[in-house]
Amino acid sequence: MKEDGWSQVIDSNHLFKGAMFMKQYSDLEFLRLSRWGKFSYRLNSFFCGIPQGIKNALFGAGRFFKKLGRGIGGEFGELFRTFREGDWKTRASYLVMGFGSMARGQIMRGLMFLLFEIVFIVYMALPTGGLFWLKKLCTLGDHGVTKVTEVVYGQTVEKVIPGDNSFRILLYGVLTIFFIVAFIYTWRLNVRQNRIAEGILKSGKKLKSGKDDLRSLVDEQFYKTLLALPLTGIVVFTVMPIVFMVLVAFTNYDGTHDGANNLFTWVGLDNFNTLLSWQGGNNVYSAAFGEILSWTLIWAFFATFTNYFLGMFVAMMINKKGIKLKKLWRTVLVLTIAIPQFISLLYVGKMFAKNGLVNLSLINLGWIRPGQELPFWEEPSWARITAIVVNIWIGIPYLMLVATGILMNIPQDLYESSRIDGANAWQQYTKITLPYMLFITGPYLLTSFTGNMNNFNVIYLLTGGAPTNARLSTAAGSVGHTDLLITWLFKITTGAESKYYMASVVGIMVFVVVAVISLVVYNLLPSIKNEEDFQ
Amino acid sequence: MKKENIVMEQGQPRLKRHMGQKAANTISNTIIYILLIAMSVIWLLPFIFIVLQSFRVELRGPVGYVVPQTWGLDNYRGLLTSDFKRWYLNTFIIALAVAVLQTVIVLCMSYTLSRFRFKMRDGLMRFMLVLGMFPGILGMIILYRVLKDLGLTQVNAVPGLILVYVASSGMGYYVSKGFFDTIPKSLDEAARVDGATRAQVLMKIILPLAKPIVIYTVLTAFMAPWGDFVFAKYISFGTSAGMNVAVGMYSWLNLDQISSRYTMFCAGGVVVAIPVTILFLCLQKYYVEGVTGGAVKG
Repeated sequence: MKEDGWSQVIDSNHLFKGAMFMKQYSDLEFLRLSRWGKFSYRLNSFFCGIPQGIKNALFGAGRFFKKLGRGIGGEFGELFRTFREGDWKTRASYLVMGFGSMARGQIMRGLMFLLFEIVFIVYMALPTGGLFWLKKLCTLGDHGVTKVTEVVYGQTVEKVIPGDNSFRILLYGVLTIFFIVAFIYTWRLNVRQNRIAEGILKSGKKLKSGKDDLRSLVDEQFYKTLLALPLTGIVVFTVMPIVFMVLVAFTNYDGTHDGANNLFTWVGLDNFNTLLSWQGGNNVYSAAFGEILSWTLIWAFFATFTNYFLGMFVAMMINKKGIKLKKLWRTVLVLTIAIPQFISLLYVGKMFAKNGLVNLSLINLGWIRPGQELPFWEEPSWARITAIVVNIWIGIPYLMLVATGILMNIPQDLYESSRIDGANAWQQYTKITLPYMLFITGPYLLTSFTGNMNNFNVIYLLTGGAPTNARLSTAAGSVGHTDLLITWLFKITTGAESKYYMASVVGIMVFVVVAVISLVVYNLLPSIKNEEDFQ
Repeated sequence: MKKENIVMEQGQPRLKRHMGQKAANTISNTIIYILLIAMSVIWLLPFIFIVLQSFRVELRGPVGYVVPQTWGLDNYRGLLTSDFKRWYLNTFIIALAVAVLQTVIVLCMSYTLSRFRFKMRDGLMRFMLVLGMFPGILGMIILYRVLKDLGLTQVNAVPGLILVYVASSGMGYYVSKGFFDTIPKSLDEAARVDGATRAQVLMKIILPLAKPIVIYTVLTAFMAPWGDFVFAKYISFGTSAGMNVAVGMYSWLNLDQISSRYTMFCAGGVVVAIPVTILFLCLQKYYVEGVTGGAVKG
């Protein structure tokens, strides 16, 4: 791939290659290092690689925007050229969509374009249509519900005059913007159709009929048919809610300002300010955010790697030559995947509670006295460790399956030849098994790390975030020592004040953290394989 | 003589090492067996406890022993008179519908992304990757209000939940795309040369070959609704008739209910786990294939 000038300049300076920070060894020099030397070299090169990863990500983004700019320029150029070089049918299509297609005999295609244009114009022009919502979108409504008392036939009647509804305004505003984007895209398609049709006619070929169009939807363009349903679902139920919620982060939408009874409005970056400004430690939100974020990262790290290594260990034990009943051991573990997690999590959670099975049996056995129960969920550090341990219990069977599949794929002659060379089991593990596993499962590790950051079920069903962190709890929702960002988000929305805007800001922060980690690690991973190679 | 000596000298240590290895092997195998047995016990015990406690009659709260003093089916009878029946039915309907619809959507998506090369393909895949980095709960706040306006929450939570689960399921295409990638493209091309349309290729050639991944998708889609907590909690919002088993049974372990419902929770857990587990064990082969394949292809 051709890189642009900037990155070449930087590359040639070795600014980001880590050359400034460390000596780079050749392969031979590396092999002569001691074990610790190798380890520290690897560690060092990992951290020195981080700037490189960030650089790659930044340049990737740069290239993307450059491409985008070029694309937009090209679009306008093409629009202009099509108009200048086209005939009158083409030119008419700029105003009446589908006109060119119909005039050239592609009636069905043309009608679809025209119908879409009519629907669009009607929707925009309706009294409570697109333009109406767009206009309101700037303020999110200016008059709320008013109550007027009127005297009707001698009786005072309270009459409610409905006002603006901020929620609807924001929702329909977003919908309208989506609709406008779709319209522009379709209009562009309509213009391009004309250009293509003119070209085909000029070369003396015949245009496709409506029947041909339909047939191509189950043939060359079958992908359009297949993608229609899934993509509609994703746009309506994932993209739009996300756009809406991102916008909510810039408003004061909460339980009291619900949009219908009390309007909500734009507040700019205030909410981000609330979450992120330190204010000498007086700001409960920023303190809570800092603490929860660091626990989330610690949790994700331990949850991922304990499961990974222990799962691999278990898989290797079962895989070992000479171990009998392999199938039985695997089935026992796999069985626990089948049982819905909420049952096992809730049950085990209660098992370790203050008056749960474990403490009560210890009392019955006489090992501890009543009142001395082990504080599994009561002390912050106990709760955190117990959560990680229970997560190991939940996660090992799954990781065992993953690891088994991969371990079986390692070529056996690698082990044979290493044994002849006198390698012991530990050397085989560190030199063959582990590198192979890490190489293959790199992307999987990344996704399971981010998945663990958002592991709502395990934390919420196990601890519910307990023990409560009294110092950081606010009226908006309690904060616990085992709360992850995601459970905190949930608690904020279901708390007494339902501060949706704060939930939204937290959600955006989760996205930012996950995206940064993914981008950096992804660019460092060795096992990004070319997709086409696989097929 | 001399030659034999040398052979002896070389042979003996080798033999010794061999013997030593054998002994070491036996020891390590014994340790492994002990570990495996211990693990099996640890992994199975909680479930055995649940089953045992579900038959306990004398006390309904958490206690310090496992084996019931009086055995009985009171807890299971209790399930029949509580809202549990409704929750169970809700979850079962959701699971069936999701299993069918989600499979169709995921297969459409993954087959397309595996076989077709169109202009927006890479952009689409990258877009969905980024989209997946947003926490899914975030969108629920608005979806709840929209579904409420449509009358698909609380009592009518079942269709609402099906809609929510199915609509965004297209994003989970990775595992089955990985599977389709392993089916040689030459099969498609051969059929296309013979005059089959793309749709015919999918229906007549690829789908019969894709049986393992279809079963895997159905199985995971069927199992997910049994364990979902957060979406179901949002959409049913405090209305018992619209809850699924997870949300409903969660409330049994609240502080005010746990002393009277704990054993019923165990009984409910057994009733929920049995059909899912049996189904899972029957189709275990396909699940294992899907999981291991999925991790390799990322």
